[in-house]
Amino acid sequence: MSTGEVVTPKPAPGAGMDQRIIAALGSGERPPRASAVNSSLTFGWRALLKIKHVPEQLFDVTMFPIMFTLMFTYVFGGAVSGSPKEYLQYALPGILVQTIIFITMYTAMTINQDIEKGVFDRIRSLPVWRPSLLVGALLGDTLRYLMASTIVLVVGVLIGYRAPGGFVGVIGAVGLLLIFCFSLSWLWLILGLKVRTPNAVMGMAMMILFPLTFVSSVFAPPETMPGWLQSFVDVNPVTLLVEAARGLMNDSPDGGDILFVLGASAVLVVVFAPIALRMYNRKS
Amino acid sequence: MTDLAIETAGLVKVFGEMRAVDGVDLQIPAGGVYGVLGPNGAGKTTTIRMLATLLEPDGGTATVLGHDVVREAAEVRSRVALTGQFASLDEDLTGMENLLLLSRLYGYSRAAAKARATELLAAFDLGDAANKQVKAYSGGMRRRIDIAGSIVVRPDLMFLDEPTTGLDPRSRNQVWEIVRALVGAGTTILLTTQYLEEADQLADRIAVIDHGKVIAEGTSGQLKASVGSGAVKVRVADPADRSEVARLLGESLGAEPVLESDPASVSLRVSDPTAVAGALQRVGDHGLVISEYSLGQPSLDEVFLALTGRPAEETQEKEVPA
Ligand SMILES: Nc1ncnc2c1ncn2[C@@H]1O[C@H](COP(=O)(O)OP(=O)(O)OP(=O)(O)O)[C@@H](O)[C@H]1O
Ligand SMILES: [Mg+2]
Repeated sequence: MSTGEVVTPKPAPGAGMDQRIIAALGSGERPPRASAVNSSLTFGWRALLKIKHVPEQLFDVTMFPIMFTLMFTYVFGGAVSGSPKEYLQYALPGILVQTIIFITMYTAMTINQDIEKGVFDRIRSLPVWRPSLLVGALLGDTLRYLMASTIVLVVGVLIGYRAPGGFVGVIGAVGLLLIFCFSLSWLWLILGLKVRTPNAVMGMAMMILFPLTFVSSVFAPPETMPGWLQSFVDVNPVTLLVEAARGLMNDSPDGGDILFVLGASAVLVVVFAPIALRMYNRKS
Repeated sequence: MTDLAIETAGLVKVFGEMRAVDGVDLQIPAGGVYGVLGPNGAGKTTTIRMLATLLEPDGGTATVLGHDVVREAAEVRSRVALTGQFASLDEDLTGMENLLLLSRLYGYSRAAAKARATELLAAFDLGDAANKQVKAYSGGMRRRIDIAGSIVVRPDLMFLDEPTTGLDPRSRNQVWEIVRALVGAGTTILLTTQYLEEADQLADRIAVIDHGKVIAEGTSGQLKASVGSGAVKVRVADPADRSEVARLLGESLGAEPVLESDPASVSLRVSDPTAVAGALQRVGDHGLVISEYSLGQPSLDEVFLALTGRPAEETQEKEVPA
């Protein structure tokens, strides 16, 4: 104290913030409005970032397919087809379809979380092409479907699956599956926008998905089922999707099945996309 | 300055049986801060969501910056920014990623978005936290990044919904400083709050709302005049002296003393704070010992009591700032 030192107080952490903020505000010039494609891709980029930061969400995407493939092959295989190997040949296309269809419900979960967290309000108050949030989310989801498909196929090949349809057949099957799931996601968006909590979304999704995927030709040929059940299995779009995928992968593509799946996808989009968009625009 | 930033007439929003907003008329001038003050569940957020085009009104009309919120929603959206009551950025992403995302959505090129995000993070003292996930941010940092996200492109009008609820005093002061800076740069701000002090500090005019209705409107001076300027609270050293102290203070301040549930405390509404020192002096002159006293602004509760004759009802639990 007596040495006459001059103590200059250190500026507080917030010091001068107002000046910097005024400066930053001044440079906030309005760029030209983002194009619909750009804003959709930006939301798709957000989905990728979320995968990077929350890799746990890939757990379901990666573990379920592996578990399902192994479990069904070795538990039911012998009983249904005589040997696990033969069963794998029959069931793998179905397991692929079932796995990916299950993952589609995360579309509903994601949008629901955005609403709960307030992100949704912020995004809807931006001057962007409104559907881009939904389109971007679906793009991100489609990438997840692709990752899960790859995993199922790799595991399948490792334990002995061989696709008679070859690479082209497999690509065709996966492509058809992605188209169907992208279309189905619009239905999930409606659920995600409508239902109050992510948990409730999960519950409802399970109620829809279990019958739809199990009461189909995914795991067993319908011929062994009682007649009343067969009639549901026959009109279940999942059955037709599985048959179309199986045909492509087994080198016996059935044009009728494929056309049906494409038609069903178109119907899903035409019916549910406008409802989802409408709900998204007026969501209270 | 006769321009109106916001004008509403008979604005109504009904949720089932609940009239959340029940005929709100507002005339909010351009420039400066307009405060909307009300307890939990008063309808503040619902009003803001209608003005920000997120919710369609069930009745009445609202014009924001000259555009109808229903028919010209896109024009409104391109000129306003909303900072919601709860942090409205993606918590899983980093601060940098959130601002990049918003900048890209506003139409910046990749490089320009990067520059803009970096500039904003620095301006809001978040440079060090740029690459941390927002979920790891403190309450004050979240508020700052939230506001930064709202000025990526400078808005003509900004909605700030309870920006300081739950913040500590230092963070609250920072938010106030930011609000003043925004106003200084020409942005009109509509701010909601549960605290009269905040409205008093920041707002040029205040609307008090309760149960979806505007129950008072004016400058903070006008509002406070309707309430009295505050209350003095006194604690006596010996509870036995309380009634005598209450009588003396009541005489000198010309107000009705209120005996608190604490047997040593008494409080009085005061209209002239300068009279308090003399009144306390007089108590001392009578040989009575006061161990503590405080002079406070009227609380929102007292404003409500004065305006409605009943205390503000809370419909939900809410944190109170430290
Ligand atoms: N989406 C909704 N569905 C049903 N009721 C709602 C909805 N949003 C708000 N409410 C109800 O409307 C009333 C007003 O809510 P609002 O959120 O506008 O109040 P607020 O003034 O913002 O309160 P707070 O200070 O708690 O944020 C409350 O009773 C609330 O429960
Ligand atoms: Mg609110």
